[in-house]
Amino acid sequence: MAEQTTLKRTPLRDVHVALGAKLVPFAGYEMPVQYPGGITAEHRAVRESCGVFDVSHMGEFWINGERAVDFVNYVTTNDVAALAAGQAHYSTILNDRGTIEDDCLVYRFEHRVMMVVNASNAPKDYAHIARHASRFGVDVHDATDDMTLLAVQGPATAPILQTLTATDLSAIKYYHFAEGEVAGRRAIISRTGYTGEDGFELYIDNESAVPIWEALMATGQVVPAGLGARDTLRLEMGMALYGNDIDDTVTPLEANLAWLVKLPKGDFVGSDALKRQKAEGLKKRLVGFTMTDRQIPRHGYPIYYEGQPSGIVCSGAMSPSLGIAIGTAYLPMAGAKEGTAFEIEIRGKRFPATVTRPPFYKNASHL
Amino acid sequence: MSEIPQDLLYTEDHEYLKPAAEAGLVYIGITDYAQGELGDVVFVELPKVGATFSKHDVFGTIEAVKAVSELYAPVSGEIVEINARLDAEPALVNSSPYGDGWMVKVKLSNEAERASLLDAAAYSKKVGQ
Repeated sequence: MAEQTTLKRTPLRDVHVALGAKLVPFAGYEMPVQYPGGITAEHRAVRESCGVFDVSHMGEFWINGERAVDFVNYVTTNDVAALAAGQAHYSTILNDRGTIEDDCLVYRFEHRVMMVVNASNAPKDYAHIARHASRFGVDVHDATDDMTLLAVQGPATAPILQTLTATDLSAIKYYHFAEGEVAGRRAIISRTGYTGEDGFELYIDNESAVPIWEALMATGQVVPAGLGARDTLRLEMGMALYGNDIDDTVTPLEANLAWLVKLPKGDFVGSDALKRQKAEGLKKRLVGFTMTDRQIPRHGYPIYYEGQPSGIVCSGAMSPSLGIAIGTAYLPMAGAKEGTAFEIEIRGKRFPATVTRPPFYKNASHL
Repeated sequence: MSEIPQDLLYTEDHEYLKPAAEAGLVYIGITDYAQGELGDVVFVELPKVGATFSKHDVFGTIEAVKAVSELYAPVSGEIVEINARLDAEPALVNSSPYGDGWMVKVKLSNEAERASLLDAAAYSKKVGQ
């Protein structure tokens, strides 16, 4: 049967078009990469005041069943049992080789768990975890097509959003969430984000997407921001992007995500492989770097360590906040420390780069 | 709709040629359409004054936030001046592509090459306007 190649649309697609957004294919969806103000202005709005991103392409799975926590603990690396109801954490999903199938957020509710995964990986993730479901007697429901996700981000977000909800936002701490209403419509209000700034992610029903978006716009204080700004904002914080910084060729230990791996919690998918790698020692590790030249290091550009080819740039950008080129790359362990000099080839010429510990941007507002 | 001034010449690669006050000299930059497609320009790498190029040679690079683009010489000639302001203010390419965002001033070595360029009507058609 022929593959359906039509791009999916979020409920806000026509709103983006009306705003003059540049739409691009991303993870099977037609998504706004920028609005007419441009990536730099959108980036600045989020760092200085408030921006809103439509990230409805992200995948959401609901896990129902008495052993939902045990199940998610088995298919992810972080310790779900350590979460209180109303709390969330960042985690990874591994395969038996211990390499990363996806990174995700895990939300613990009173009687169920929600996993939020990358759009491009959602079908694969679902198949990967659902095969363990019967063993734990849980039901895994893919709600991706039924939910809209808005990320409202920036230091001014809380006071702006507070005007649209009766839920006391000051009572929601970083990486916690509450169920309430925004603009009169039910929402999961989560104090999380991918920008380093304070802000909230709103999980809402598709039919609430346009009304809530318009309520945010009506405040006059929220700037629409696209995937372009989302990428520069997350990279300034050194936050990983699946497909660039992490994929199924690296383990979380190599990807600087060891803080998401809780081996003492007991057996989970990939734990044996990680124990072996820990015993043998790492050969490479993901590092951040900065450059003094003004060419932009982009994903895939070759890198040279001690004069030898040593992989590629994972993520790279001209930092809008700092005005310098920043990025990430895997280096052999001997070089994976602050201050190491190496080179990046840009259009046939090699330019110096220096290992720098992220976050590159130090003044973010997150709590 | 992007701006396409009537009195300039254009290339398929979205550069323009604008006559300078001095005979035989032209300003070269990228069109309004091109800057819109590229998005925010963060760095423009330009050649040195005195460098010579043949038509279609790469003479510089534009780094925008999401993409990098080569600059191709629309005509053969010698660089007589570069727009030094772009070093500190690359965003001039976005805000004023035909004015303060010009890139190089060139002395043509073969006037006949002008005939190979597009006029405003032909360029408008190319970009679908």
